[in-house]
Amino acid sequence: MTGYILKRLVSAIPVLLGISVIVFLIMAMIPGDPATAILGSYATPENVEKLNRDLGLDQGLVPRYFIWLGHMVQGDFGRSFALNRPVLDEVLDRFGATLILAGTSFVLCSLLGVAAGVVSAARQYGWADKAITFVVLLGISIPSFFLGMMMILIFAVQLRWFPVSGMWPIYGDRTVWVLLNHLFMPALALAVVATGVIARLARSAMLEVLRQDFIRTARAKGVRERRVIWRHALRAAMVSIIPVLGIQAGFVLSGAVYIEMVFQWPGVGRMLVDAILKRDILLVQGGVVFIAACYVMFNIMVDVAQAMLDPRIKT
Amino acid sequence: MRGFVTLLARNRLALVGLIVIGCVALLALITPLLPLANPNVIDTPNRFQPPFSAGAVLGTDHLGRDLLSRLLWGTRLSLAMGLAAAMIAATIGSAIGIIAGYYGGRTDNVIMRGVDMLMGFPYILLALAIVAALGPGLMNALIAVAAVNVPFFARNIRGITVGIAHKEFVDAARLSGMRNREIILSEVLPNVLPVIVIAMSTTVGWMILETAGLSFLGLGSQPPQADLGSMLGEARSALITHPHTSIVPGAMILVIVMGINLLGDGVRDALDPRLKSGALSRPMPATTVDRHGPVPVAQTDSLLDIAGLRTEFRVRDRVYKAVGGVDLHVERGECLGIIGESGSGKSVTALSVMGLVASPPGVITGGAVHFDGTDLIGAPYEVLRALRGRRVAYIFQDPLATLHPLYRVGDQLIEAIQTHDPLSKEAARTRAIDLLKSVRIPNAESRIDSYPYEMSGGMRQRVGIAMALANDPDVIIADEPTTALDVTVQAQILSVLSDLRRARGLAIIFITHDFGVVGQLCDRVAVMYAGQIVEEGPTEAVLRNPHHPYTSRLIDCVPTLGGGQRKLAAIPGLPPVVDRLPVGCAFAERCDKAEPACRADAIALMPTGAGRKTRCLFPETKQERIV
Repeated sequence: MTGYILKRLVSAIPVLLGISVIVFLIMAMIPGDPATAILGSYATPENVEKLNRDLGLDQGLVPRYFIWLGHMVQGDFGRSFALNRPVLDEVLDRFGATLILAGTSFVLCSLLGVAAGVVSAARQYGWADKAITFVVLLGISIPSFFLGMMMILIFAVQLRWFPVSGMWPIYGDRTVWVLLNHLFMPALALAVVATGVIARLARSAMLEVLRQDFIRTARAKGVRERRVIWRHALRAAMVSIIPVLGIQAGFVLSGAVYIEMVFQWPGVGRMLVDAILKRDILLVQGGVVFIAACYVMFNIMVDVAQAMLDPRIKT
Repeated sequence: MRGFVTLLARNRLALVGLIVIGCVALLALITPLLPLANPNVIDTPNRFQPPFSAGAVLGTDHLGRDLLSRLLWGTRLSLAMGLAAAMIAATIGSAIGIIAGYYGGRTDNVIMRGVDMLMGFPYILLALAIVAALGPGLMNALIAVAAVNVPFFARNIRGITVGIAHKEFVDAARLSGMRNREIILSEVLPNVLPVIVIAMSTTVGWMILETAGLSFLGLGSQPPQADLGSMLGEARSALITHPHTSIVPGAMILVIVMGINLLGDGVRDALDPRLKSGALSRPMPATTVDRHGPVPVAQTDSLLDIAGLRTEFRVRDRVYKAVGGVDLHVERGECLGIIGESGSGKSVTALSVMGLVASPPGVITGGAVHFDGTDLIGAPYEVLRALRGRRVAYIFQDPLATLHPLYRVGDQLIEAIQTHDPLSKEAARTRAIDLLKSVRIPNAESRIDSYPYEMSGGMRQRVGIAMALANDPDVIIADEPTTALDVTVQAQILSVLSDLRRARGLAIIFITHDFGVVGQLCDRVAVMYAGQIVEEGPTEAVLRNPHHPYTSRLIDCVPTLGGGQRKLAAIPGLPPVVDRLPVGCAFAERCDKAEPACRADAIALMPTGAGRKTRCLFPETKQERIV
C-alpha cells in the first residue's frame, strides 16, 4: 500500500504542472500591462519596471512561465499590494477556516448523501423513497447562497438557535462548542447540494448492486436484510460512490466561496472574492493555486481509499 | 421519437417542469411588452415597500425600485445568460470532442489530457480565476461559466464520436474520397447532435445557477443592470430588516432551476431504455406472494413437498408463467434431479421454495411448499429467513458472480455460520476451515483468506458448497452448480457432493440440463418443459425407457463417447414463449407424434408404471435403450 501511495504521489506531479500552466495562461489573459495590474494603479514607474524585470515580463510566454514556476516552487507567491503582506502568509492564515468549513461539509454530505441513497434504494417506490427523492430534488435546485440566507433568517433571526454569522463571537471564549455553534448552519448550507448529488448516485448504485447475484447469495444464507443492505450491497456500491465523493469534494471546497460570503466566514473564498474586486491579482493567483493543489492531494486520498476498499485494484 | 414524447408526457413531474419552464420563459420573452415600471428608476422615499403595496405588487428594493419589474427583467437576463453560456460551452466543447474523437491517436491524447486537467480543477475556482483575470462584468462572467463547462461537453461528445467514427457509413464516406471536414459535418455531426442537445438541456440549469452565483458575489452583472444573482447579492445587506427583497429573486432562481431539473430528469428517464422495462427495480428480501384459491395440501409426508406451485413474472402488461403448477417432493437423504432446457422453469421452481425469485417482477401466484410440515409460501419473512441457509441451503451456478467480490471467502463463510449460530469469531473460523477441508480445498488454512477473484472456478464453487453446508442443512438446492465449470472440475464437484450426501444424509435437489450428471448423482429425475413437469420417475428407468417424447428427444441430444457416427438429433423448433402458452401440450409444436387431441385440452400428469408419471396422451413405447 505504501508503494501505491508513493506511486500516486508521483503521478500527481504532472497534474500539478498542468494546473500551474492553466493558472499561468489564465493570468496571462489579463488585459493591459501585467505589472500595473499586479502592483495596482498607484504603483510608481520604478516599481513597475523592477517587477517587469523580476518576472521576466519583457520576455516571451515560455520563459515567463518558468520564471513564474520557479518562484512558486520556492514558496514565493508574491506580495499582495492591497494587504501589503506575502500572499502565502495570507492564504495559509485563511485556509484553516475554509478547511474547517469545507471539511465538515464534506463529512456531512458524504454521510447524509450515502445514507439517503441507501434508504431510498432499499425502499424503492415506498414513501421514504419518494420523500427523499423530493427533498433531494429541492436540495440540488436551491442555490446554496439563497439557502444560507434563508437559514439565517429562520434559524438565527427568528428562532435564535444559531449566531447570524462569523466563525467566532467578537467577545468571549473560543471553545469548540462555540465553533460548532457557528459552524452548523454554514456547513449544512454548503453540504446540501452535494448531499443531493451523492444521494442520487448512491441510490442508483445501490439499485444496480441489489440486483447482483451475490445479494441473492447473502439472502439465501439467511443474512438479515439490514445487513444485506448496509454491508453486502453498500460495500459493493461504494466502489462507484467513492469517485463521486472525490468530485463533490471539489464542489464543496470551491462552493465555500458563496457560503463564506453569506456567513462572513473568514476563509480563502471570501479572500478571493475581495481580492478579485480589488484587482489584487497575485493574491487571487496564490489562493487558486493553493486550493487546486490541495484538491489534487485530496483526490489522491480518494484513490487510496478506493484501493483499500476494492482488493481487485492492483496496489 | 414518438415513443420518447409519450414517455416524457407520461412522466407527470417532467410535465410539471416543462410547464413551469414554459411559463417563466414566456414571461421573460414578453417582459418588454408588459406595463411594468422602469426597473432602474430610483425612488428612495419609497424604498423597502412591502409586497402588495399600492403601485408595487412585490414591493420595492433598497433604492425604491419596483421589485416585480426588476424580477422579470432580471429573470430575462439570467435565462439569457444561462442559455448563452450553455450554447457557447456546447459549441466549443462539442467541437473539441468531435475533433478528439474523430481523429483519435495523438490529437485525442493531447486534447483529452488537457480536458482532464481542467476537470481536475475545483469547478467554481476556475471560473473565479477567469473572472479575476478578465475583470468583473457580465460578459466576463458569461465567458468564465462557459469555459468551465467546456470540458464536460468535450468529454461526453468525444465518447460518442469515437463510437461513430468507426461505423461503416463513416468508412464508406472516407473510401468515397470525402475529406475529413466534410465527413465530420455531414456524417458525424448529425449523429451527435441529439446528444449535444440533451447534454445542454441537463446542464443549462447549472449554468443559470453559476452565472447567478458570480453575479451574487458581485463579479457578474454590474449595477444598475441586474440579473437574479445580483438582485440577491444587493438585497443581502437588508436580509434581516427586509427579507422580501431577498426572497423574491431567490425563489425565482429556485423555481427556474427546479423546473429545468424536473424536465431534465424526465428527458433522461425517457431516454434510458433500461427504465422502460422496469429492469432497474431492486429485488425485495422475499418473493411477493399473490395466492388466490385454496392452498393445496401436502400430497406426501416428505421432507419437502411442492404442490401446484405457480410462479410468474409480471413485466408491464405482460405475464410470463415461468412455473405453471409443479408438484415435486424430496425425501430425507434423497437426490432429486430436475432437468430441462434453459427457460423451462427449473431454476424458478427451485428459487420459489425459499422465496428467492427476484421480485419484482416475480410473483408466486399459487400452490404450496411444505417443508417439514409447514407451508412456506406466504410465510412471514422472519420465518423464511430463519430457515434459509440453516435447513434449506442453495448452491448457485456462477461462483464468481454469486460470491461477494470484496469480502474474503473466509469472512463470507464465517458470516454464513454466525448468521444462524452465535459462535465466537475464532470458533466460526475454525469451523470454516473444517468446511473448506470437507469440500477438499487444499491449504484451507491459507485459502480462507483469499478473495474470490484469486481462486479458480472450481475452487470458488467448492467455497459455494462449503457455504451451503455451513449450518448442516437438511436440503441443498443446487442450481446448475457445475454448468460454468469444465468437465474434469465438474466431476470433482459431483463426487464431493455425492460423498457429502452419503456422509450427512442430505437431501439434494439438483438442477441441470445435463443427463450425464443426473445419471451419476440422482435417485429420481423430473423433466421440465415450459414451466411444467412432463415426466418423473427413478433415474435409471427414465433414462433407459423415457415415456415422454420430449424426454426421449432430449436424451437423443446427448452425444455418447465412442458412439461412432450416430446422428445427433437436435430438437427442431424452440420452446414456447411462456407468456403465450398453448392450451394443450406445450411440446405439441415440436413433437412428430402430435395429434389434434394433444392441442385440444390441458393434459394431466398420469402414472405410467412403477413410480413414474408422464404428461402425454401417447407415451413412448420404444424398447429398452442403452445410455
